Amino acid sequence: MSEAYFPVGPGLGLEENFLSLDDILMSQEKLPGRAESALPRLALALGTGSAESVPEGSKLEIPLWLAKGLHDSKRRIISVELPKIYKEAWRTVFSADANVVDLHKMGPYYYGFGSQLLNFDNPENPEIAQTAQQSSEKMSWCNPNGPLDYCWTLQTFINRFRRIMDSSQNAYNEDTSALVARLDELERALFQVGQKGLNDFQCWEKGQASQITASSLVQNYGKRKFTEMDV
Amino acid sequence: MAGERVMELVRELHRAADGHLPPFRTEGLRQALEEMRALYERNQADVSEAKAGRTDLIFLIRFRHCCLLRNQRCVLAYLYDRLLRIRALRWEYGSVLPNAIQFHMSAEEVEWFNRYKKSLATYMRSVGGEEGLDLTQDIKPPKSLYIEVRCLRDHGEFEIDDGTTILLKKNSQSTYFGNSSTHHECVKATKESNRTQFTYCVSWSPLRCSVE
Repeated sequence: MSEAYFPVGPGLGLEENFLSLDDILMSQEKLPGRAESALPRLALALGTGSAESVPEGSKLEIPLWLAKGLHDSKRRIISVELPKIYKEAWRTVFSADANVVDLHKMGPYYYGFGSQLLNFDNPENPEIAQTAQQSSEKMSWCNPNGPLDYCWTLQTFINRFRRIMDSSQNAYNEDTSALVARLDELERALFQVGQKGLNDFQCWEKGQASQITASSLVQNYGKRKFTEMDV
Repeated sequence: MAGERVMELVRELHRAADGHLPPFRTEGLRQALEEMRALYERNQADVSEAKAGRTDLIFLIRFRHCCLLRNQRCVLAYLYDRLLRIRALRWEYGSVLPNAIQFHMSAEEVEWFNRYKKSLATYMRSVGGEEGLDLTQDIKPPKSLYIEVRCLRDHGEFEIDDGTTILLKKNSQSTYFGNSSTHHECVKATKESNRTQFTYCVSWSPLRCSVE
C-alpha cells in the first residue's frame, strides 16, 4: 500500500467529512421517504416519471444527500423513514446471529449510513419512543428512537467485530475474498488494517524489515509501463 | 438524476486503489460544471419569480440548491484527492515523474506539483545545516551502520557521492560503510530502477541484499 498517500477518511458519528470520497459514496445511497406536499416538477428532476408534479403523500426513494438538504423539523417538504434493514424485522435477524448477515449486500456503508440516519427525527412506534425518552433526556433533540437504533447498530458491530479481528489476524498469504465478501466498508477497512499489521509482523520475523525495497507505488507503475509497451 | 456525472468521477477515483492516479477527466469535469451553471441560472430565474409571489417554486429552488451543493462537494473532493495522490508521488517517486504519469495530470496539477516540489526543496534546504537534508530519501530510520550489497546482475560502475566508485559485478558481495551518502545512493538506485534491493546489514550478522 502506498505509504505517502493519506486520503480523507469517513466522518465519525453524525457528521460527514466534506472531502471524504467514502462519505460521498455513502451519502449517495437511497432512503425511502414520503412527499409531504405536492411537489411540482420533482418527478422530472428525479427521473422517476414524466408526471408534471408529484402528488402529496406519494412514496419516494431519494439519496441521503437530498434527504438531508430537503429535510427540516417541520417536515413541510419531505419526511423520511428508516430503511427496512434498520427496522424491527431485521433486528430479530441480527439478534439471532449477527455474523451471518451479508452486510455488503445491505448497502456497503451499513454503519456510516446508520449513523447518518440519526440526523432525521422521525417518531416511530410510541413504545419505542417512550423507551428512548426514558433512557436519555439529553438526546431529546434528536430522533426519539435514535438512541435505541444506535445501540442496535453498535450491538451488531460488537457481535461481528470479534470474527473480523480473528480472521484478519490469522489469514496470512491467503485469498481473503471469501472472508471479506460479507463485510461492509467500515469492517473491510478494519480487516485491511489487521492484515497490514499481520504482514508487517511476519516481515519483521523473517528479517525483511530492514530490507530496502522500492515502494509498491513505484512497482505498480513499472508493471503498467510494461503492459502499455506490449500493447 | 442530478449529480450523476460527477459521481462517476468520484467512483472512478475511489476504485483506483493504493494511491494510483487515473487520467484527469477534463470532459467529465466540464460537464459537471456545465450542469452547475445551468442549475444556477434556472434558480436565478425562479427566485425573481418567487419573490413576485409564486411560493410553490420555493421547494424547487431549494432542490436545485441541494444539487448545486452536491456537485460542488463532489468536484472539490475529486480535485483534492487527486492532489493528495500527486503529493504522495513526490515522496515515493522523486522529483522527476515518468511521462506515463505526467500524461495523467492536468496542466494545473503539473504546476501544483512543481510548486510543491519547490516548497519542499526550500524547506529541506533550510533544515540540517549547510547542505540541507533530503527528507524524501529515508522515510524510515536506518537500522544499522553498514550496508551489504550483493549483485545479482552486472550493473557496471556505480559512483557514490564522496567519489568512491563501486564495481557491481554479478555475484560479487561487498560491505560498505553505510554512511548517509552511500545509503542515499542505494536508495536512489532502488527507486529509479525499481528492481533493485539493498538491505541494511546488522553489524554482527550481515543480511543479504541484491542488485539486479
